[in-house]
Amino acid sequence: MAICKVVDQQSVGRDLFALTFTSPVDLRSAGAYWPGQFLHIRVSDSFDFLLRRPLSLCEADPERGLLKVVYRASGEGTRRLTRVRPGDSLDVLGPLGRGFPLHTGDHSTLLIAGGIGVPPMVQLARALREAGTRAHAVIGFQMVDQVILVKELTDAGAKVSVTTDDGSFGAHGLVTDLLTEGLCAGVDRYYACGPTPMLRAVQGVMQARRVPGYLSLEERMGCGIGICVGCVHSIRREGQVSHLKTCKEGPVFPAQEVVFQ
Amino acid sequence: MSVANTSVEPNPGVDLSVTVAGLQFKNPVMPASGCFSFGREVAAFYDLAVLGAIVVKATTQHERQGNPTPRLAETPAGMLNAIGLQNPGVEQVVRTELPFLRQFAPLPVIVNVAGTAEEDYVDVVRTLCQSPDVAAIELNVSCPNVKCGGIQFGTDPVMAAGMVRAIKAASRVPVIVKLSPNVTDIVAMASACEEAGADAVSLINTLIGMQIDVARRRPLLANGVGGLSGPAVRPVAVRMVYEVSRQVRIPVIGIGGIMSGRDAVEFLMAGASAVQVGTANFVDPMACPRIIAELETWCRDHGVAAVRDLIGAAHPH
Repeated sequence: MAICKVVDQQSVGRDLFALTFTSPVDLRSAGAYWPGQFLHIRVSDSFDFLLRRPLSLCEADPERGLLKVVYRASGEGTRRLTRVRPGDSLDVLGPLGRGFPLHTGDHSTLLIAGGIGVPPMVQLARALREAGTRAHAVIGFQMVDQVILVKELTDAGAKVSVTTDDGSFGAHGLVTDLLTEGLCAGVDRYYACGPTPMLRAVQGVMQARRVPGYLSLEERMGCGIGICVGCVHSIRREGQVSHLKTCKEGPVFPAQEVVFQ
Repeated sequence: MSVANTSVEPNPGVDLSVTVAGLQFKNPVMPASGCFSFGREVAAFYDLAVLGAIVVKATTQHERQGNPTPRLAETPAGMLNAIGLQNPGVEQVVRTELPFLRQFAPLPVIVNVAGTAEEDYVDVVRTLCQSPDVAAIELNVSCPNVKCGGIQFGTDPVMAAGMVRAIKAASRVPVIVKLSPNVTDIVAMASACEEAGADAVSLINTLIGMQIDVARRRPLLANGVGGLSGPAVRPVAVRMVYEVSRQVRIPVIGIGGIMSGRDAVEFLMAGASAVQVGTANFVDPMACPRIIAELETWCRDHGVAAVRDLIGAAHPH
């Protein structure tokens, strides 16, 4: 945990904001961050917003020592966060959690994300490019004014396909509509992040396509470090279903282990 | 060097030590049960040996998976939780969780015990008493989040007294009874526990609350109701600590929304002999050591040589 300094905050879409701040840890040290991890941020020092908000790491800049998150102002707490300005201090814990594992030998991957699940795919695309793995980002939004990070994903070397629910940008439909046999042919692995109904659908489609992958889960989180046991999800391991903490054992889990109720 | 050898200690330290239920605590601050898991996670942030004691998560006879999600909701200056006593079961706790804490010896380890029926509690306590790692039992007769989670014992003085007697008979270590604020008369509950042989009482557990998800027109928590904690409950807790500590002779451990050293002082003055820090750990993993440091600073700034001099300072003389 550290008091960091806000460097930039910008509106990037309807109710969507990109927040850049100095990193609480030295990003040049090994294992300091990993794609799919999250930052646990206090939106204000007031007790009115007591709990931190988990926001997934979108981009790390080790040279300048900066982290960027992209979030949706969906509740009172995240709306409060939109008020912070460059130069303000920000109480940040992290990066926390287990991110997306990379597998040596993978040639081709799919990054499947919806809405505010898209941001972690940027840092993941960068890591995959460094590993020499091709990445195709299939990302969906409700409508055109919420489409974000297409350029960032492209700059990270990913091929990008966009869907919108209303057809106002890219293909008309859901991300799962694009996950055809043809698109999945030759894909070694997928990584998915987004709303629970999307993750459940992706899990089903990709199982049918016989492509293994990972899901990044979202649950209401408290402490972010594994002590409150609030953010659990049902995970099947060794034939047994148990409640694992998405903050500590996750938020990323092998897709075949994730049990949706 | 020569100066240091000849001078009197220029800045005598504040004596933070307290004694509760026959246990020596180097300071009066300990994490509250359910707000620290079994210590492993926070041990990555600081040396747990700085704590006065540690109270680990509620332990039941068998493993419990707890409630479905959502289990948490933020509220004004607080939060609701309905975890539902998720824990690996007492045997696993004794075998794998408690030995981890030996590295912080002589840190007293207090194990919170929960159950459904009196026999469950007694069984858990018997198993715990075979462990060399348990300094005291905290009897959880006040969990609001599970059906028959012990709260029926925590709201009826006669049932509470019966439970305390049974546990005292089974336990080789001191027994602290954690009291529910969801009662008409918490003083009567505390007195019943004292008469039944409790070595101390800790209060308060969470207040039962609810939040409605107005978009879904349903309670937000999957469990419907949850326990309210955080600074929002502090005045209720301080009042109850004040009232109970004036009535009973056994030590009172104060719990409820302590976020700072000042808040700890408030509880001590209200009559608590020690305090537990809960929700603050979720906001700041370093909360306990920070509160200990702030408490020491407060004492030094106010000319208080020993923190135990603050206990009950707000009571009429």
